[in-house]
Amino acid sequence: MAEASPTQRKTALNPVHRQMGAKMVDFGGWDMPVEYPATGGVLAEHMAVRTGVGIFDVSHMGDIRFTGPQALDAVQHLSMNDASRLVPGQAHYSAMLYPEATFVDDIIVHKIADEHYLFVINAGTREKDAGWVANNVGDFRCKAENVSDDYTQIAIQGPQAQALLQKLTDVDLAQIKNYWFTFGTVCGLENIMIARTGYTGEDGFEIYIPADPQISARVWHEVLESGKEFGAIPCGLGARNTLRLEAKMALYGHEISEKINVFEAGLERWCKLEKPEFIGKPALEKIKERGVKRTLVGLEMVERGIARDGYPIVEEDGAAIGFVTSGSVAPFLKKNIALAYVPLDRAEVGTVLNVEIRGQKIKAKVVPTPFYKRPKK
Amino acid sequence: MNYPSELKYTKDDEWLKIDGDTGVVGITDYAQNALGDIVFVELPKVGAEVTAGKPFGTVESVKAVSELFAPANGTVTAINDELASAPEKVNQDPYGAWMIKIKLKDEGEAGKLMSSADYEKYASERG
Repeated sequence: MAEASPTQRKTALNPVHRQMGAKMVDFGGWDMPVEYPATGGVLAEHMAVRTGVGIFDVSHMGDIRFTGPQALDAVQHLSMNDASRLVPGQAHYSAMLYPEATFVDDIIVHKIADEHYLFVINAGTREKDAGWVANNVGDFRCKAENVSDDYTQIAIQGPQAQALLQKLTDVDLAQIKNYWFTFGTVCGLENIMIARTGYTGEDGFEIYIPADPQISARVWHEVLESGKEFGAIPCGLGARNTLRLEAKMALYGHEISEKINVFEAGLERWCKLEKPEFIGKPALEKIKERGVKRTLVGLEMVERGIARDGYPIVEEDGAAIGFVTSGSVAPFLKKNIALAYVPLDRAEVGTVLNVEIRGQKIKAKVVPTPFYKRPKK
Repeated sequence: MNYPSELKYTKDDEWLKIDGDTGVVGITDYAQNALGDIVFVELPKVGAEVTAGKPFGTVESVKAVSELFAPANGTVTAINDELASAPEKVNQDPYGAWMIKIKLKDEGEAGKLMSSADYEKYASERG
């Protein structure tokens, strides 16, 4: 196994992944596990999360803390969802936008207490996001701190996630609703943030523990041990990607970016234009009035082939009309699926489109999304 | 890793089994392990010409698309259709899950390929 390059960043659990024989890859400058071949590999990991439980190290995700009398005002200015609706212990999906209404990043906003909020941000955009926040909170009586390196973040995902984690905590997890969180004792560590959030389309939790390597390794092993009876296995970024794709969750740099706006991405549900003010609002109002030309659709391959990120969507004569943002085999659905930007008049469910794969036109059809929706309890 | 001694190997991680003037081609244990779960295999049509060192098909894992490179010059006489519906066989049995059979243009060519011992060294040096 190749050593991590000295410039690559590592989570506190990096030695544990290597010790477990994980296949490591560079992800946005991070040396991260893509899969754990010894316990089954990416397909088995995907299935474990859909049918049992899987454990992910997501410590590469970043965190920005907002505190002070005008913390809410700063959060409202910086993000598109309406954080004034949150109560302590509640979180929501949101995004930071450029003035053009395109994406700085998508985020989860947690209201920890009055005058105290936490953004969870993407790994590859950590520095950019921290810089953006620093440049845009100046007018508020609010401190914004990049606390990304303070936490090891472990995601426990799957229908058995609650049963697994309940063995390790005094908190009654059944009381935590989806996108809510609380603080409690986990593996003997006090005041640990436990959030019912994730990036898999499945039920699950994310816990935020101190980034100390010894503590992180101990908790990781205790979580895996506690999950043995439920078939828990460690999961890498490969499964994380196929899981989020089946659930049509956006990935920065793919479905959303500095070139794609909120309406094109279909994320207006999390954008509250009735808010008095936020960065990107004037542009969004204009876009809403004049409409968009392209939209994100789900594709299912009709002919043999896997559409990959960047492959063009083409007319019969080969002219490009769109592009694939993410594509893969969908291990649970047992289909080849993709997300793509296409013109509005080609976005209707049932429309047949050509994906250009290695110079050949391969047929795909527009299907309803998300591709996968977890069964209601 | 397993590298049967009766096979010849390329630096592109294909194996070649020579049976008279026919060559059977697949990918090595090292290759299937490096790729991870294989979910798609695309092969040429029977009758296609393949050129040593040039791509003849594609193999895709969950994460990556990789080209298959011909170990020798020749004409495709058979393809393993089973891999279209069961690409995982390449992971399970890389030497049983052959991909194409070719009529070799020059049987002597294979002498330039690596032996199992040489390939094992080559593979292990890449970690």
